[in-house]
Amino acid sequence: MTVNELLTVDGFEAVTVPDGDREMNGCYIGDLLSWVMGRAKADNAWITIMSNINIVAVASLADVACIILAEGVEVDSSVRETAEAKDVNILSTKLPAYETAVLLNKVIL
Amino acid sequence: MSDKLNFHYDVDGENFTSAGQASVSVKKNLRQLGVDAEIIRRISIAMYEGEINMVIHAGGGVADVEVDDTGVIIILSDKGPGIADVELAMQEGYSTAPDGVRSLGFGAGMGLPNMKRYTDEMIVDSVVGEGTTITMKVNF
Repeated sequence: MTVNELLTVDGFEAVTVPDGDREMNGCYIGDLLSWVMGRAKADNAWITIMSNINIVAVASLADVACIILAEGVEVDSSVRETAEAKDVNILSTKLPAYETAVLLNKVIL
Repeated sequence: MSDKLNFHYDVDGENFTSAGQASVSVKKNLRQLGVDAEIIRRISIAMYEGEINMVIHAGGGVADVEVDDTGVIIILSDKGPGIADVELAMQEGYSTAPDGVRSLGFGAGMGLPNMKRYTDEMIVDSVVGEGTTITMKVNF
C-alpha cells in the first residue's frame, strides 16, 4: 500500500506528502530517535508522538516511508516545510500509537 | 568510479536543528553515485549518530568522508571532553547526555551502538580532555 492510498483510509490526514507513491511494508513505533534508527526498517511507516525538527532527518536517513504522528500531535510549520523540502511524508491521526498500528495492520496487509 | 571522492563538513555544535546536514548531504551524494539503498541507509544513520554525538557532547567537530570502489570511510573528529570508558559507552542504553537532550528524543544510549551496528569497521580513538576521533568503514 502506498502513502497516498493510506490517506484514503478514515482516520489519517496529510500534514505534508511530497512522495505519496512510496510503498509501506509494515510499521515501527518509537519516540527515542536512536531506537528508531537502530530498529525501524526501510519503507516502514514510523508511528511517533515526537514532533521536533529532528524527526525529519531521522525519517530521511532511516529511509522510512512516512512519519505518522499519533494522538493528534501537531508539528510547527518549520517541520512541515523541511519535510516537504526533503521529500519526507508526514501524516497525522487522532488515534493512539497502538490503535494506529492495529489499523495499519488491517489496511496494509 | 576509479578515483577517490572526498567530502568535508563542519558540524555546528550549537544547533540540533541543523544537525544531520552532513549526513543528508552524504546520502544525496551516494545516491547520485548509484550506491545500494540499504548501504546508503547504514552509512547515513551511522554518520548522523556521530554528528548528533558531536553536537551533544563536544560542541561540534568535523566530518570527513572518503568514497572509493571498495566502500566509504567516515572520520568524525572533535575536541570535546573525550570518552572515559569506551567499552561502557558502547553498551546499549548507557548515556551521559543531559536531560534537555532526552526531551528531543536523543540520549537513549544507542548512538555508538548504532554506529557499530551499521558499519563494518569502527575505531574509537579518544583521549579525555582532548577529544575523540571515530573512524567508520562500510564496505560496498
